[in-house]
Amino acid sequence: MSWTWFHKLASPPHFYRIAGRLTPWFGWPAFLLIVIGLYGGLVLAPPDYQQGEGFRILYVHAPSAWMSMFIYSTLAISAGIGLIWRIKLAHAVAAAAAPVGAWFAFLALATGSIWGKPMWGTWWVWDARLTSELILLFLYLGCIALRASIDERDRADRACAVLALVGVVNLPIIHYSVYWWNTLHQGSTITKIGKPSITFDMLWPLLTMIVGFTLYFGAILMTRLRAEVIRRERDATWLREELAR
Amino acid sequence: MGLVYHGDLILAFRRWEQIAQPVVFFAMITTLVPLALSPELAQLRQIAGGVLWIAGLLAALLGLEFLYRADYADGTLEQMLLSGQPLALLSLAKTAAHWTSSGLPLVLVSPLLAISLGVPTDAMGVLMISLALGTGILSALGAIGAALTLGLRRGSVLLSLLVLPLAMPALIFGARGVDMAIHGDSARGPLLLLGAMLVLSLTLSPLAVAASLRISQE
Amino acid sequence: MNWTEFLAMGGYAKFVWPSFGLTLIVLILNIRAARRLHRTAREQALRRLGTGRTQP
Repeated sequence: MSWTWFHKLASPPHFYRIAGRLTPWFGWPAFLLIVIGLYGGLVLAPPDYQQGEGFRILYVHAPSAWMSMFIYSTLAISAGIGLIWRIKLAHAVAAAAAPVGAWFAFLALATGSIWGKPMWGTWWVWDARLTSELILLFLYLGCIALRASIDERDRADRACAVLALVGVVNLPIIHYSVYWWNTLHQGSTITKIGKPSITFDMLWPLLTMIVGFTLYFGAILMTRLRAEVIRRERDATWLREELAR
Repeated sequence: MGLVYHGDLILAFRRWEQIAQPVVFFAMITTLVPLALSPELAQLRQIAGGVLWIAGLLAALLGLEFLYRADYADGTLEQMLLSGQPLALLSLAKTAAHWTSSGLPLVLVSPLLAISLGVPTDAMGVLMISLALGTGILSALGAIGAALTLGLRRGSVLLSLLVLPLAMPALIFGARGVDMAIHGDSARGPLLLLGAMLVLSLTLSPLAVAASLRISQE
Repeated sequence: MNWTEFLAMGGYAKFVWPSFGLTLIVLILNIRAARRLHRTAREQALRRLGTGRTQP
């Protein structure tokens, strides 16, 4: 097994073209799956025994939360690869993924908060999952802020990589401590968010949405990566030819 | 390595304001709370653990900036990088010096401030231990942030933004431990966890700092 | 399918619909932002490099 295909992929001109071709293959299935998932979640799935129709918010809350965590791992892994093996493309992935992940974290918080209002009566509850999500958002914002403050791209890439790795190591510690902190204070009626007893007709739209969101992220990532590649390749001739096409 | 530790300490103690500022800040935040909430000691006692910990954290953050700035400015940092000495060990020495000149004073002052919040005397030991561990963790984590934001404009704000989320677990256990002590329970669990976190951060932080310093120095 | 019932969402309408609406908005925003980024990068690069078509 030769590594040439890998090096070829990581070479900017090839990657640029491949990413361009891949985008619709991510995008259209994503659209389809999300539509199907929405239909399944909003129309087909039966109302929950306890939460009635309100539980349907799960179909946007849970995928957003999942994406925020999945993207953070992607960020950390690609940053680590970029740092250790000095692959520029990996750093580009980290740079492109961060804002998207932050948006999903925000969505998870917003939908979680909206969901909480009818369930717990308040717009915000320091539930373990919401609190962890909030801290994750802070971690994302830190990454983005750090990258924005450093002008030299190389230094920015590597600094953000260190930060992402430090963050990912801390993440389990944060999760655990927040969970522990939350169980201490047996609040009055804090029911855990998103734990209706799940039947299959409730589950499949959720999985569909999650896969749909993931493919969506793939499409967005490809597009942002192409922009990153262009910005990073300052004077290459391939760029001139490619863009003139 | 010992030289670095001593050198830093001497420098720090020459500039009294560097040591005094965080301490005064600590005292001031602790004063803000009763002013904002209530002079009732019974009420203050309920939140004392959290207040002291938050104030301590923020005050310790203040001192972080100075950690590498001077070395960066006068070229000592470059020397250190070129010297061939393991950068991680040097960083550990600097972190230790930072804690001695920044965290330790906060720990020593904390009982006085705790009294003002109605904390009973038998909780003082736990308070000081927890803060000692906590500021140690903050010195270790903060060193990473300081190294990453070296020389950046508005670096100090960014530094706080980066370090605070990482410090939240320590805050959770530290504040909780003090609360437990105030209520007369044994705070062993949280203190042990704090200790474990300190060991972990002291082991990993120098590596991250070394990497960050090399990156920032380019 | 009873539309009124569907829209009412068992009384939870003012929570369910804004959630889905917000999600949709964010998803669309991200698509447009990504496309815009790509377009801007292309334009800036072209300006820097010239159109690249040199006469043989």
